[in-house]
Amino acid sequence: MTEKLKIDSIKNIVELDGVEKHFGGIAALDGVSAQIREGEFFSLLGPSGCGKTTLLRLIAGFEQPTKGNIAIDGFQMHGVEANERPTNMVFQSYAIFPHLNVEENVGYGLKRLNLGKDETARRVNEMLKLVDLENYNKRPAHALSGGQRQRVALARSLIMKPKVLLLDEPLSSLDKNLREQMQVELRHLQRTVGITFILVTHDQEEALTMSDRIAVMFEGKIVQIASPQELYSRPKSKRVASFIGVMNFIEGQLLKDGGQVTTVDVGILGNVNVNPDQIPIPLNPGPVIISIRPEMLTLLFEDRDSTEYEISGVILESTYYGDMTYYNVQINGLKSPLTISMRNTAGRRVLGDGESARVGWGAESLVILKNSEV
Amino acid sequence: MDRLKNWFKSDSSRGLTLIGLPFGFSLLLLAAPMLLIFFLGFWTQDYLVLDRSFSLDNYIEAWTEPMYRDLMLRSLGISATVTLGTVILAYPMAYFISFHGGNRKALWLFLVTIPFWTSYLLRVFLWKVILGYNGVLNSTLGWLGMIEEPLTFILYNANAVIITLTHAWAPFAILPIYVALEKIDRSYLEAAADLGDGPLKSFLRITLPLSMTGVVGAALIIFIPTIGDYVTPKLVGGKDGLMIANMIQVQFMKANNAPLGASLAVSAMGIVSMISLVFLALNRRWLRKRGS
Repeated sequence: MTEKLKIDSIKNIVELDGVEKHFGGIAALDGVSAQIREGEFFSLLGPSGCGKTTLLRLIAGFEQPTKGNIAIDGFQMHGVEANERPTNMVFQSYAIFPHLNVEENVGYGLKRLNLGKDETARRVNEMLKLVDLENYNKRPAHALSGGQRQRVALARSLIMKPKVLLLDEPLSSLDKNLREQMQVELRHLQRTVGITFILVTHDQEEALTMSDRIAVMFEGKIVQIASPQELYSRPKSKRVASFIGVMNFIEGQLLKDGGQVTTVDVGILGNVNVNPDQIPIPLNPGPVIISIRPEMLTLLFEDRDSTEYEISGVILESTYYGDMTYYNVQINGLKSPLTISMRNTAGRRVLGDGESARVGWGAESLVILKNSEV
Repeated sequence: MDRLKNWFKSDSSRGLTLIGLPFGFSLLLLAAPMLLIFFLGFWTQDYLVLDRSFSLDNYIEAWTEPMYRDLMLRSLGISATVTLGTVILAYPMAYFISFHGGNRKALWLFLVTIPFWTSYLLRVFLWKVILGYNGVLNSTLGWLGMIEEPLTFILYNANAVIITLTHAWAPFAILPIYVALEKIDRSYLEAAADLGDGPLKSFLRITLPLSMTGVVGAALIIFIPTIGDYVTPKLVGGKDGLMIANMIQVQFMKANNAPLGASLAVSAMGIVSMISLVFLALNRRWLRKRGS
């Protein structure tokens, strides 16, 4: 038993090995390999058409891979139909059966198990309680709101006690407030039931707030798998950096790879020393892209404010968001303006267009990336 | 005056203008003759003159004379069998087109309409050729040695009427069932598979119940007109395959008793309406029991 527990603690529940899927000669998935750990909240994040939904459907068994292997819970899934896989799916449209009421929908998959009326009812009620839909048993499908449909879809899948729950953009049809609320609830639910969740989303904020790990996909390939923090603070490519949140890019030179400390020439800003972990992928000396998040840049309002480095520029445009203000600042000697976000604290004024500004920043917030167009 | 002007600009006036002409048309050609038939049933034919005093005699005869009752029951039986047969034949075709038609659905639907390119009469005559004593079917079976002498139960009786009508009406059943199947969100079927159902289970639990509206529509489309058909029974029905409409025709034309024919027609219409309503109600209840 202890042996098994030890194995379980690092067990991969889904293993994707060189998975390819072609539709009429076009590769929707182009060699995807990944390990998804038991009990984690894993997100597939990417723009539409990147193959993330196809990957989810391959795991569910609705499609078969053209090449490569998928293993779930240690078993190869080749030739195993969707109805025999230990996975359940929450569909983008929720696919609530329109001719059945809430309890018939939730208990749909139990019918096959011949549990008897009482046991079925007990499990259905337990599930409805879990998703906060107690006493909705007899509610017909058409009388449910978007949020309620989603809960029914969740309950209908979770009642099957799947090894993996697959969620296909489950929040995309909800309005903003409900979506934010459901993000928290989904996360909480996943922690409660302890089932592995694989979520497909194009919404980076959704992926960041809910996931243990995120796989970023572009054009049928996984380009980076990392925790939300790592993905945000240490993106491995310019493309990932600009897909997740907002990022400023400055052209520069990597001067010397000195082991512990590397010197970077940030153009007009001068030479700066950075740590090795600020270079996610090892680079040779030469042209690089230096990236910095808007919130890592500061506008210095008072004469006495100071930071490690300081540059000056002119406010091109300011956009007020209530809690934050976003500034577009043209720095003397830089090609494109920088985006800077400032929290609106008490007494801090919002700078207007055309005002000159001092911009402060620190070396530890830079990320050095390969110089590539994409 | 302004109110009138505004009214002419409103949506409801536009709707009325649009519907006005067809409404008047159907009033003139459908409602008026039906009213006439309805009143005709209460009058009496006295050789060449029509006695317009109110009388229930025709209805009493229509409902008590065993011959009319038998014809009515036979018509109901034939129509019910045709309806059942048509739906059973049409469902797999509609299912195939909807689920396996790929990008050739339009072509398949077009092919379904091919029988309509020939006149209905010709198709009925063709069935005579196929089912006749020396017809295609009998000579083929005889040639194969499967029968000693020609089969006679397939022409000039109710069976022939059923076969011919079923073939003639099948395309009409395909379309409503096809539409109902097309409307089923395919993710329902994936969800059913995801929850453990095999193909047969998900058909019985999802596809069939969700396409019931189409099946009911098809059944009504077949049942209502076939019960009033008189060409097919006349051509292939022999004397055992005659239906109520043939009797109505006889009353109006040969027997010169239009009032009795009218009362038979109104009675038949009433019975069909009642059956259709009961059918609809049962179906609605069944659907609701399934949770809709």
